[in-house]
Amino acid sequence: MGQIIKVGMADLNICVSPDGITTLGLGSCVGIAIRDPVTKIGGLAHIMLPDSHEIRNSTNIPKFADTGINELIRQIVAKGAARDRLVAKIAGGAQMFAFQNTNSNMRVGDRNVAATLKTLKELNIRVLAQDTGDSYGRTVIFYPETGDFVIRAVGKPEKVI
Amino acid sequence: MSEMNLDDLSNQYFDVLKELGNIGAGNATTALAQMLNSKVDMSVPQVRLLEFKDVGDLMGGADQIMAGIYLSVEGDINGSIMFLVGIQEARHLVNKLMMQDSESQEFTDIELSALKEVGNIITGSYLNSLSTMTSLKMIPSIPYVTVDMAGAILSVPAIEFGMMGDKILLIETQFFDEIKLSGYFILLPDLEGYKKILTSLGISNI
Repeated sequence: MGQIIKVGMADLNICVSPDGITTLGLGSCVGIAIRDPVTKIGGLAHIMLPDSHEIRNSTNIPKFADTGINELIRQIVAKGAARDRLVAKIAGGAQMFAFQNTNSNMRVGDRNVAATLKTLKELNIRVLAQDTGDSYGRTVIFYPETGDFVIRAVGKPEKVI
Repeated sequence: MSEMNLDDLSNQYFDVLKELGNIGAGNATTALAQMLNSKVDMSVPQVRLLEFKDVGDLMGGADQIMAGIYLSVEGDINGSIMFLVGIQEARHLVNKLMMQDSESQEFTDIELSALKEVGNIITGSYLNSLSTMTSLKMIPSIPYVTVDMAGAILSVPAIEFGMMGDKILLIETQFFDEIKLSGYFILLPDLEGYKKILTSLGISNI
């Protein structure tokens, strides 16, 4: 059993099997887990906002779907993974409060998911599974060894995607 | 002050926010005492400016279960205000208000509604004091409540802060009645709102 590496909000990190990587309490943010199934090198990004171009102060790379995913891939490949073998799983993008459903501006969870999928598609990375939307927070743990993406939520059974 | 960024706050500005937090939380404590019909004490609030990734740790971990009450604010200031308490503390408040003795980790609809009301009154009195001090109109929306992991609840204000900078500003207050209650206020005016608040307090060069 390896270690479990923690990733905070607007943060990213990589890990190598047998280690796992986790981020706690994803709300409207999206967690993006990427791995190379052969070298078993992987990583996790916890992005907050869809697009670095929409914001003026956008130097915080892991904060945005577009820049965060690119940086995560760069680090995974730098560690020795093959770029063309990378696959992804994503989770999060919830609407935590009911008012977020009425105001389209506030549907940032949906926008985060859409931006994440768009970026992954542009980069030609296949999304194997996703658990997104709804109205509850998620804690996720990713194991690059198996590709298992474990999702925990309050008052719900644990699931693996 | 054309471009303002929360990340480089001056000490003076920080002191002003601390004082606003102090007065606001004081008023909120009085309101809470009246509602619960008991004596409630308060410690001096801590104003913190945190990196997003450190926010969860302050509250005992991003997976701590908490109750969050959120109201949007309109008027002279546009933005939102949020109040967070731990699930045990939320349970204590609800029990006291409903004169019951439940230990359930889950809240019924009527209990959630009571929790909303607690949040409504606490944040309302907070806004009131801020509004009186600044002579700015602040009209809160109806309250929205959720019980979930701290990180997930905080993602909502964090994302709003995230559009302005890389840090989140929160005010930690401890209330005491029979037990110690740690509550967190997150006041979130848009950038225009920060300017207005400071200008109305006579602080222009920060």
